[in-house]
Amino acid sequence: MYSIWVIIPIFQTMFLSFTNWDGVSPLINFVGLENFRELFKDPYLILSFWNNIKWLLGFAIVAVPLGLAVAMFLDQEFAGSKIYKTFMFLPMTLSFVVIGQIWSWIFEPRDGILNTFLNFLGIQGIGWLSNPKIVTYSLIMAALWRQIPYAMVIFLAGLKQVPKTLVDASYVDGANSWQRFIYIILPMLRPATVIAITVNVIDSLRAFDIIYVMTRGGPFYSSSVMANYMYIQAFHNYRMGYGSSIAVIQFLVTLSFIIIYMRHVMKTEVSL
Amino acid sequence: MKKVVVYSFATLLIIIWLIPFIAAFFTSFKTMDTLMSTHNWLFPSKIWHFKNFTIAWEDGNMRQYFLNTFIITIPAVLGALFISSLGAFALSWYEFKFSKPILMIFIGGMLIPFQMLLIPVYRLSIKMGIYNSFIGLILFHIAFQTGFCTFFLRNFMKTIPQSIFDAATVDGAGHLTIYRKIVLPLILPALAALGILEFTWIWNDYLWSLILIQSDKYKPITLGLTAMQGEWITQWNIIAAGSIIAAIVPLIVFLLFQKYFIEGLTAGCIKG
Repeated sequence: MYSIWVIIPIFQTMFLSFTNWDGVSPLINFVGLENFRELFKDPYLILSFWNNIKWLLGFAIVAVPLGLAVAMFLDQEFAGSKIYKTFMFLPMTLSFVVIGQIWSWIFEPRDGILNTFLNFLGIQGIGWLSNPKIVTYSLIMAALWRQIPYAMVIFLAGLKQVPKTLVDASYVDGANSWQRFIYIILPMLRPATVIAITVNVIDSLRAFDIIYVMTRGGPFYSSSVMANYMYIQAFHNYRMGYGSSIAVIQFLVTLSFIIIYMRHVMKTEVSL
Repeated sequence: MKKVVVYSFATLLIIIWLIPFIAAFFTSFKTMDTLMSTHNWLFPSKIWHFKNFTIAWEDGNMRQYFLNTFIITIPAVLGALFISSLGAFALSWYEFKFSKPILMIFIGGMLIPFQMLLIPVYRLSIKMGIYNSFIGLILFHIAFQTGFCTFFLRNFMKTIPQSIFDAATVDGAGHLTIYRKIVLPLILPALAALGILEFTWIWNDYLWSLILIQSDKYKPITLGLTAMQGEWITQWNIIAAGSIIAAIVPLIVFLLFQKYFIEGLTAGCIKG
């Protein structure tokens, strides 16, 4: 069953990427590398690719460290820390569609929360979703709301595995909290960090829902990413062959990170 | 003193973190006139209107979408759990030639960009005559989630001591008896954690419903919410009410079973 819906499709997509199939006609024409030649000249695809890089950096540089920071902060045992954690986790349970709705209206130019707040401070409001230069960052911001708790969960689990004796020993040795963090906790969190970064990178490369719900990749493809561009080409423009070749490129980019993740997982796997 | 700092910082963090949520909640009980005249997002109004919810539920067709999501999610979760528990049982107890590669394919499959599957899965479901039906979407979810579930359950089953298994064999128990009488009761906590996780994921799915479902009759709540957005484009109060309806079930499930949810998530990515 898995092979019908998952394995075989992967190869079919690879095959289709060499064709100009339109999704309807029974005839499938083989066009060789034509799609890929077109891909590298397609300005929108290149734009989407760079937007993907922004997503990747946003997730890796913002979500991972912030997730770690919040995890460190809430890992202290204080009464009620559990409730705080629960609240932090909440956005994780929402679908991107709901998150998209809530945030589109936070970003609403005239009456949205953000611009109302900025006006209150005496600053001119910003077209969060209409300015092509800003729109991708706005979307990343909304996605981070859900992504940071994910990183946090990974780090909280990692922190549980830091041996208490090691931390206690550092107190005895007179290390201050910053030294303790850099020399003891951070090295112990290495496996969790690898997982957090790879998972975030993989997620950033396949971002789709929130972009599609909030902007459809607009205005003028300015917030488009590869996943979303592929969908539009394949299902709106009926260029299934071309869409497949975009998917293949996306797959190849992601593959290296999947391999890093798998090698990491397999290493721990052998010891089990 | 330190305690006060920790608490006030934690509280401030949570309040900022939950602003989108709080705002959506209060907005859903206000009229559009109050919203536009007061620009008061973060505080409840004096009068609580429930009309937005009735409009979303009745006119917005949320009732239908809500029901559909249950019809899709419950069999999909149960199916995935059933098939993957059998698969994990085979992978963890029997050494056969391809057990390692199969496991690797499962792990890889849960990470690949969905775009690799979109077109072939779409084409397949049309060919099989299950495009635009509950069963098509359910079967796909089961197949796709089987990868992660099998991987997850296998790791858990590996922790069951071999001796239990040996003892059962000596007592003359067959494979099915071992599965039913020994493995299933032992993995119940893992099944619970996995079930909770899968439930929220499938409930929140958007992309696959977008690809596989066309008519309103079968749409799950995520698609329904975007359809609603098209109809009440500037009426944030009704959209907010719809969003809350869409989010309420995973939210309650999460709050009730938070322990399982977090355990599932960490076991899925950390222990590997």
